Amino acid sequence: MKEENFLSIIGKHQAHQGGLISILEDIQTRYSYLPEQALRIVAQETGFSLVDIYGVATFYKLFSLKPRGKHLISVCSGTACHVRASSGVIEEFEQRLQVNAGETTPDGEITLVTVNCLGACALGPIVVVDGYYFSNVNRQMVGKIIDNARAGIDRVDVDTDERIFPLEVSCPHCNRSLIDKNFYIDGYPSIRVTVSFGRRHGWVRLSCLYGSYSVEQEYEVPIDTVVNFFCPHCHAELSGVLDCTSCGAPMVSAFIRGGGVLHICSRRGCKAHMLDLHGASL
Amino acid sequence: MIDLIINGLSVSVEEGATLLEAARFLGFPIPTLCYMDGLSPYGACRLCVVEIGEGPRAKLVTACTYPAEEGLKVRTASSRVIKARKMILELHLASCPQSKTIQDLAAAHGVRQQRFRQEYEDCILCGLCVRMCEEQMMAKAIGFRGRGQNRSIGTPFDIQSDVCRLCGGCMYICPACQLRCTYTEPEKAVCGGCENLSPPCLEKEQFDDMMCFMDPCVACEIAKD
Ligand code: FES
Ligand code: FES
Repeated sequence: MKEENFLSIIGKHQAHQGGLISILEDIQTRYSYLPEQALRIVAQETGFSLVDIYGVATFYKLFSLKPRGKHLISVCSGTACHVRASSGVIEEFEQRLQVNAGETTPDGEITLVTVNCLGACALGPIVVVDGYYFSNVNRQMVGKIIDNARAGIDRVDVDTDERIFPLEVSCPHCNRSLIDKNFYIDGYPSIRVTVSFGRRHGWVRLSCLYGSYSVEQEYEVPIDTVVNFFCPHCHAELSGVLDCTSCGAPMVSAFIRGGGVLHICSRRGCKAHMLDLHGASL
Repeated sequence: MIDLIINGLSVSVEEGATLLEAARFLGFPIPTLCYMDGLSPYGACRLCVVEIGEGPRAKLVTACTYPAEEGLKVRTASSRVIKARKMILELHLASCPQSKTIQDLAAAHGVRQQRFRQEYEDCILCGLCVRMCEEQMMAKAIGFRGRGQNRSIGTPFDIQSDVCRLCGGCMYICPACQLRCTYTEPEKAVCGGCENLSPPCLEKEQFDDMMCFMDPCVACEIAKD
């Protein structure tokens, strides 16, 4: 924990007035908590008084003044999840991890916290492990979730991961399926579209698993280029109305069989995607 | 100048004046708890409620924070205001019955008992001490921490602040009284003045021209002898 690290983080935000929360966020991401020393340095450098900074740091649940474990398990105890017995889930977590909510296991692996509503009430009780959502959690699932968390959620096998599921998509203009049964990616038929970028024009095949980023392409698309997507049947552009929330590039939309729209970011390398299941018959 | 009508009397006040100031100018009493001349209004205690507007659009607002508006009709003692005020006093009594200030206010308004679950809070979070520390003593040693149920007032990290001069202003102004006094644990948080046997103010040279609210101060008494 070096003073220069804090200084460089602060320096990065100095240009924007009132970037206190962003500074604290960056320190928190880097050290997983806000060290006292850091807060004092922030106070010195930004001219905010220490009480104000401490007030902000204790106000937001996002910030922690105690070191956190490697993995963060947040269990929702909001109203909707509470009536679906999330308190039992919390209890189960506490028993299995042998810590109370808000504490970290002695080996420094897992921090258990409760949060108030994660905005996915219909799927409650919700548990979030390092940014991944588990829905309709009950006591029986707790053991497995803890195992997943310990293993590192990114390393969990695609096949056994219930957060990843295949989608069948079609062109919103001609309604013909984009699924290519002759080309498999991740063990499933792939999604075929035509793309153009610069002067180039060629096919791209995407994995149809929601949450998988595997692609095969005719020409290598350089990272960060925004490409245009076209339907291989009717050659209409698959443009959408949304802009990517993380990089600002336009999102590409396609219909999902069974209802709903899939949006993916058109920038190569940006992993933003979302499902819009409005009106879907689920 | 802004003209408004308070309890049927018209008054003109300067732009930016609050309803409380306007009412006080006319001599209408409005009880306050978290308001203090010389500190910015904060609107925490809700005791200074008055009714503004007319008919179905009449509403209750806090006089200490509401700026005077042209042509506004204000009632400082309508039955609705009196009822709300009594309720607020009951709530204050429920959270901090040991405070002399709150007891006096309750007695003055004929509130003899309260109907809620009795608690004995040390702090009613009125924020007077925080504003005192920042605005009058220019120290910013204490502030609000946490939120919701866990909101509290104190120093960062619960250790004595480097900028605290032990002026005692926070204790002087506190309506819940003993709040800032940490008794015989001078290392803890704020004061510990009674345990200080050498004048803390003289030790810290960088704090010249200090104001002090420690009266009597054990250290000063000893130094005098
Ligand atoms: S209450 Fe749990 S997500 Fe809303
Ligand atoms: S005096 Fe107005 S709210 Fe406390």
